[in-house]
Amino acid sequence: MSDNLDTGDVAAGFAEPHAYTVWQDIQGYLLGLVLATLLTVASFYVVYTHLIWAPAIPIALVVLAVAQIGVHLVFFLHLTTAPDNTNNVLALAFGVLIVALIIGGSVWIMNNLNDRMMPTMNQMMHMQR
Amino acid sequence: MSATDTVAHGHAREVDPYLLGRGGGHGSGQAVATGRGAGGPASKTVIVAYGFWLFLLSDIVLFSCLFAAHAVLQTAIGDGPAGHELFKPTNIAIETACLLLSSFTCGMSAVACGVRSQVWTQLTLLVTGLLGVAFLVLEANDFAELVQQGFGPQRSAFLSSFFAVVGCHGLHVSAGLLWLGTMMAQIFVKGFRADILRRMLCFNLFWHVLDIIWVALFTVVYLIGEGR
Repeated sequence: MSDNLDTGDVAAGFAEPHAYTVWQDIQGYLLGLVLATLLTVASFYVVYTHLIWAPAIPIALVVLAVAQIGVHLVFFLHLTTAPDNTNNVLALAFGVLIVALIIGGSVWIMNNLNDRMMPTMNQMMHMQR
Repeated sequence: MSATDTVAHGHAREVDPYLLGRGGGHGSGQAVATGRGAGGPASKTVIVAYGFWLFLLSDIVLFSCLFAAHAVLQTAIGDGPAGHELFKPTNIAIETACLLLSSFTCGMSAVACGVRSQVWTQLTLLVTGLLGVAFLVLEANDFAELVQQGFGPQRSAFLSSFFAVVGCHGLHVSAGLLWLGTMMAQIFVKGFRADILRRMLCFNLFWHVLDIIWVALFTVVYLIGEGR
């Protein structure tokens, strides 16, 4: 058994063989690390300071998280637009659809049910005041 | 391998109108992209990575159910404590740093594998593993402290879903560490064989996805929960 890879061996997770030097490979990961660190620090900073109007913080956090997930996908998982990656990207798009349906749908339905619930004794007293 | 090559070369065309193949049929790249009609079947590595990617996506869907449950139950604290009374930001920040750095060193191990360096591969994998262990120890400490204070999963719906989603991620990291150990042993004993490299590729994907899930986790569970 030789240690040769097939000629077309490029896929998510491994950078293209021969296309980049080792240093360029490492640079890619370093860039990813720096970007991810910046976004993480920004998330923590936003929560524990008053930089952003308080009610907007959750939205800011979601935006930062989505950006960081994007950074991970591109720099660590090497999800690209190359033809050998089309299937991976399409599968990811389907996964994102399912995840959005599950989380968005659950939150939507449960909030709606909560609104229609008969108020508790405590809440009724509160309303009368 | 040879079968793939024969097909690829046998059907090689002069023209590649959609530029599917790298280099458009000239240079050292393949004349036709594999896995695309006339290009012949995709290489085994591409197929293995695709299959494992599908598994990872289904794993992400599993996590999304736990996240949905947590999003719904986050305010259902009953007579128990709310999130902001429990979480220690420093601990969470250190755990996050551990996982992010381990993701980076894991990437370095893939680079080391690419140049077939036994020493660097083992070293970077070892660092990855140690960072993973540090993460798990911190998380286990947090859990033990919560349970000791009487804030275990049975206290409120919020704590149930908290332990479920964070614990499930912790279990994944534990499984990843076991896998990491076996990968180190396999690379040491069997060397950089094609099949071992494919396993290494899958391990890399797994470890990076764990970090992605942690990004969603510290955002949704800890940081957004902090405001509740």
